Amino acid sequence: MEQQTKDLITNEISNNEVCLFMKGTPDAPQCGFSMAISNMLKILEVNFKGINVLENEELRQGIKQFSDWPTIPQLYIKKEFVGGCDIVKEMYENGELKKILEGKEISFKK
Amino acid sequence: MAMDLKEIEKYIKEALPDAIVDVQDLAGDGNHYSATVTSVEFSGKSKIEQHKMVYNSLKGKMGNELHALAIKTKE
Repeated sequence: MEQQTKDLITNEISNNEVCLFMKGTPDAPQCGFSMAISNMLKILEVNFKGINVLENEELRQGIKQFSDWPTIPQLYIKKEFVGGCDIVKEMYENGELKKILEGKEISFKK
Repeated sequence: MAMDLKEIEKYIKEALPDAIVDVQDLAGDGNHYSATVTSVEFSGKSKIEQHKMVYNSLKGKMGNELHALAIKTKE
């Protein structure tokens, strides 16, 4: 991975408490899995930044290496990789996602 | 080239011999699958680690030949 891509990822996850690497944007997701996480965050009224990997092929491949995770979407909360669609969905359903948000002092709709 | 349901099951079982693997073709298009994997090997590991074990068993096919695989892991 090029240093430039690595720096871009590091900057995004440092500057945004909740960061979703996704296909498309939160308003116009281009993939059902990306839409699913984006919608969960919207329902919880979490302020997050969606980063569209389809606009940057280097980033699309780079984020997979960075997280050592082969798929997109990928959710980062306070620089920590939380998971992809399946894990986040499971955590949303069993209440763990709220616990993480609470633990990391991210504001959301309780 | 998409992957066959049996092939996915075979790869996972090779890596996790004790696993009970249930693979479903979600859309009937040979492209969107779900896999429920139950193995004692998951015990004590985080969900991220568990899912990585399943991804690793597919030897780089995930995200390439295999477009979509929803994973559910159980201990």
